[in-house]
Amino acid sequence: MLRAKNKTGLVFFPAFDWAISPTHPEREERLLYTQDQVFEEGLLDIEGIFEYKPDLVTVKDVQRVHFCIPDPWAVMTESHFISAGGAKTIGMAVMDGKVDRGFALVRPPGHHANRVVHGARGFCNVNIEAIMIEYLRRAYGVDRVAIVDTDCHHGDGTQDIYWHDPDTLFISIHQDGRTLYPGSGFLNENGGPNAVGSTINIPLPPHTSDEGFLYTIKEMVLPILQDFKPQLIINSAGQDNHYSDPITNMNFSARGYAQLTDLLQADIAVLEGGYSIEGALPYVNTGIILAMAGLDYNHLVEPDYDEERYRQTSETTRYIEQTGVRVLKNWQQRRRLAEEMRVQPQCSHRSRRIFYDTDNIYEVQSETIRVCEECAGALRIETSSDKRGNALAVHIPRKACHTCKEQGYQWYESAKLDLFERIHLQDRPEDKYLVRQRNSA
Amino acid sequence: MIIGLDVGGTHTDAVLIGHEGIEKEVKVPTDETQLFQTVTAGLEEVTAGVDPKMIRRVVLSTTLAANLIVQRKLPPVGMIVAGGPGIDPELFCINDCYYAVKGAMDHRGRELAAIDEDQIRQIAEELQKSGVRYAGVATKFSVHNPEHENQIADILAPYFERVFIGHQLSGNLNFPRRITTTYLNAAVYPVHKEFFEAVKQSLLQKGLDVPIRILKPDGGNMSFDSSVDHPAMTILSGPSASVMGALAYAPKSGVTLVLDIGGTTTDMAILIDGVPLLAPQGIEIGPYKTLIRALRTQSMGVGGDSVVRLVDGGLTVGPERQGRALAFGGPVVTPTDAFCVLGLMAGGDRNRAVEGLTPIAEALNLSLEKAALAIFDQACAQIMAGAREMIDRINSKPVYTVHELWEGSAIKPRHIMVLGGPAPQFAERLATHFDGSVSVVPHWQVANALGCALARTTSEVTLFADTAQQVAVASGEHLTREISNRFTLDDARELALQLLREKAVRRGANPDYLDLEVIEAYQFNMIRGFHTIGKNIRIRAQVKPGLIQGYDPVSGKLQREDL
Repeated sequence: MLRAKNKTGLVFFPAFDWAISPTHPEREERLLYTQDQVFEEGLLDIEGIFEYKPDLVTVKDVQRVHFCIPDPWAVMTESHFISAGGAKTIGMAVMDGKVDRGFALVRPPGHHANRVVHGARGFCNVNIEAIMIEYLRRAYGVDRVAIVDTDCHHGDGTQDIYWHDPDTLFISIHQDGRTLYPGSGFLNENGGPNAVGSTINIPLPPHTSDEGFLYTIKEMVLPILQDFKPQLIINSAGQDNHYSDPITNMNFSARGYAQLTDLLQADIAVLEGGYSIEGALPYVNTGIILAMAGLDYNHLVEPDYDEERYRQTSETTRYIEQTGVRVLKNWQQRRRLAEEMRVQPQCSHRSRRIFYDTDNIYEVQSETIRVCEECAGALRIETSSDKRGNALAVHIPRKACHTCKEQGYQWYESAKLDLFERIHLQDRPEDKYLVRQRNSA
Repeated sequence: MIIGLDVGGTHTDAVLIGHEGIEKEVKVPTDETQLFQTVTAGLEEVTAGVDPKMIRRVVLSTTLAANLIVQRKLPPVGMIVAGGPGIDPELFCINDCYYAVKGAMDHRGRELAAIDEDQIRQIAEELQKSGVRYAGVATKFSVHNPEHENQIADILAPYFERVFIGHQLSGNLNFPRRITTTYLNAAVYPVHKEFFEAVKQSLLQKGLDVPIRILKPDGGNMSFDSSVDHPAMTILSGPSASVMGALAYAPKSGVTLVLDIGGTTTDMAILIDGVPLLAPQGIEIGPYKTLIRALRTQSMGVGGDSVVRLVDGGLTVGPERQGRALAFGGPVVTPTDAFCVLGLMAGGDRNRAVEGLTPIAEALNLSLEKAALAIFDQACAQIMAGAREMIDRINSKPVYTVHELWEGSAIKPRHIMVLGGPAPQFAERLATHFDGSVSVVPHWQVANALGCALARTTSEVTLFADTAQQVAVASGEHLTREISNRFTLDDARELALQLLREKAVRRGANPDYLDLEVIEAYQFNMIRGFHTIGKNIRIRAQVKPGLIQGYDPVSGKLQREDL
C-alpha cells in the first residue's frame, strides 16, 4: 500500500461554479481534468495525504494585506474568500504540525494582486499567498518567509506587497518580461530602499526547458535560500511554464515540475496560473502532489511529451548561466546596493500607472516610503482610478519603529478629506485597520 | 410473508413479517466457522410450523464475504491492470498474480497506447496452467472509456471460469479502488456462489421455492442472480441492516443519529430527513479500500460487554471485550454489571456484579450505586464523543463549488434512535448526555433482521457525456452510445434515470415503486481557444435507500398482496 513519506495536506477547491466570464481561461472547467486525474490516481486515499475543506478568510485577513478601493466587497467575490481561505487552511495545518507540507490547489489565483486593489489584474483580485503569510505571521509569530514564484508570469503583485519588507524574500522565476505579460520582473528590480535584495527576479528566455528551470533552482534559488534562512518557504506554483500552455512560450514538463518541487522542498505550495487544462494541469498537479508527499513520480509523463523536441538550445543554456551570475552578484552585493539607494534624504518616492487588464481599470499611484534603518518603513500611497475613485492608503509595517508609527499616524490624521474620498490606515503592530471617509467625518 | 435474517458477530437474528406484523422472531448463536449451519438453523427456527406457501421472499445479510477477506481465505485471482501516465500501476499490486500490461487511456478516455493481445494471451495461458480459475481486469479511466477492459476481458474469457471487469462494478473514478474492488469480487465469487446455492437448495428441501435476496452495505438488497455478478457487494451489510430497521420509525425531517449498541461495539449512522447518509467512496475492509457503495457507518469499541477499567483515577470503557459480563459468568466488570447493580436488568448474578464493582466504588470513593452510574455515564460519554467525531468528519467533508461551500450548513442531530441488546437502558441514560430527544427503536432486539426483510432494492448509475467527442458512457450499464453534439444536461438526466430504472428492475426492484433521484449533475462548457467545442456532463443517480412499499410502521403490518 502506498504511504506518503511526508505527511502532506491538500486543499482542493476547483470552484466548479465560478468563472471570470464563460470563455475566459479562468473558468469552471479549469480544474475538471485535474480532478479526474487526482481522483483516478486515488491520491486522496494515500496514507499520509490529508484533504481539508477550505476555511473562508475574513475581511480582517484581507485588510491585513490589502487596501481595497473602496472596500473588500467591491473587489472580491465569494470565490476569492474561499481560495484565499484554502491557502490559509493549508498554512494552519502546516503550522499546527498536522502535516509536514501542504498544497492549496485552489482557484482563482492571486499573484498579480498588488497591495492596493481596484479590481482584477492578470485574473487576480486579492493575493492569496500574502493573505496566508500575514495571517501566519499574526497567529503563529512567523517572521522570515521566502516566496518562490514559479508561475510563468512575473509575480508583480506579490513583489509589490513585499517590495519594502526585508523579512520576506520574494524570488520570481518567469518568462522574460519583454516577451510576456505583465512586462516586468527584470534583474534590476531588487526591492525598495529598506529591503534591497529581498526581491529577486530571474527572467528566463522563451523556450527554456527542464534543464534551465532545474539549473535555476539548484544554482540560484537554493543558495540564496540557504543564505536567507527562512522559517517558511512558500511556492507560488503556477503551471504555465508547461510546453502545452496556450498563453506562454516555455518548455517545462510535468516531471520537471515534480523535480522542481522535490528540490525546493517548500513548506506550502499554492496554485497560481496554468491554462493548459487538459495537456498540463492534470499531470503537473499530480506531479507536485507526488513530489510533496515524497512518492515516486517517474511514471508521470505526458502522453505527447517529446524530450528532444522540447530540449533548450545551447544558446538558451548560456543565457541562463549568465543570468545566474548576475542574480548571485546582486544578492551578494545587496548591502552595498542598499547604501547607494539610501543616500537620498528621509523619504523615497515613486509614481506608477497600473493597468488592470482583467477589469479594464487604470490606476495612478504615488508612493512615499520613509527610509528607515530600524524597520521596513512607514508607507504612504495616494491612489486613484477611473472606475473606483481615489484614496490615501497608509501602511505601518509589522515591526515598525516608534518614529515610523508616528509618521504613519501623522499621515493618516493630517490628510484632508476634501482631497481623498477615503483615507485608510493599516496599523500592523496593532493589527488594526482604520478608515476615515467623507460622509462619516 | 418475508423472512429477514441477519448474521451478527454473536447472534443471528431472524424475523418473519407479514400482514399481521412480526409473526415470529428468533435468535440463534452464530458460529463463524459453521456459517451455513448457522444460517440454516436460523431459517429452520423462524419457519418452524409456518406454511411454506405463505413465504414469498427471503432476505439475507451474512458475514460470509467479510470473513473470507478478513481471514485472508481468498483463492488466487489473476489481476490484469493497465495504467497510463501517473502513479506506476506496479505500486497498486494487490495479490500474487498481478500483471501490469500495456495499454493506456487519458483522462477523457482517449487511447494513448493500445493493448498488446499477445501479452495478455500469454499471461492467461500461464495463469491457466498454474490453476488460477478467476480473473479481474481493471484499467485506468475505464469508466470514461471501457474499451481496453472489454478487449482484455474478451481475450481472457476462454481461459477462466469467470472474469470480473472493473468498469461494470462501479462508475466512479479511482483506479486503485477499482483494482481492489475487481479483485475482491473475483476472490469471493466462488465461495459466495456455492454458499447461496446451498442455501437455496436447503430452502427447496423445506418446500420453500422463493426468491433469495441479499442485503448490501448501502441498505438495499439485490437478487441472488444479481449478487453473482457483484458478490463483493455483500460485504459488511450488517450495520446497514440495523439502520434499515430503525428507518421505519425515524423522523421524516431533521438529522437523526442511529446507535446500534451491541455487546462488543456501538455502530453509528446518520439519517437526514429520514434517508441514510452514504459513505463518500466505498467500503474499507482490512487493508482494502473499495468502490463498494455503503451507508456511512462508524464502529467504536463500546458495548454492554466492554471491559471497564480504572486508569489514573478515572473510568474507561472498552475498546475490547473479554467475554460476557461478570454477572453472566465472564471475567471482568462491564457496563452490563453496572445495569445489574442498578437493577436495570433481568437475569444475571447480581452478587457477582456487586463483588466486581466494589473495588471500583472504593477507589472512586463512591457508593456502589453511584459507581455503577459512573460506569454507565462513562459509556454514554464515550459513545457521544464518538458520535461527535463522526459528525465533525461529515461536516468537514470537502466540497467543490462556491455554492456548496457558502450555503452548506453543518448537520447537527436532533434525535437519537437506539437499538441492540442494551438499547432501553442506554436510551434513558443517553438522554441526559444529549440536548435532543432519544428513543428506542421498536423491536430493538431484532430490528436488524426486520431492516433486512424490509429493505428495498437499490442501485446507482454514473453517466459521463462528452458532446465534443459525441459519446455518452455509463460504464456500469455496458453503455457506450453515440450522442448528438446538441445533447443537453436534461437529456443526460433522462438517460441516466432510464438506465437506473432498468437496472433497479433487473436487480429485483418493484417497477411501480421506484424512488429515483439524481444526486449529482454537473455540466461544463469545454472551451478550446475562444470557442465552445462541447459540453462535459456528469450525472449520478440512485435509488434512494429506503423500505419497500406497503410496510406500515404504525401497525407494524406488511400490506402487500404479493408478499
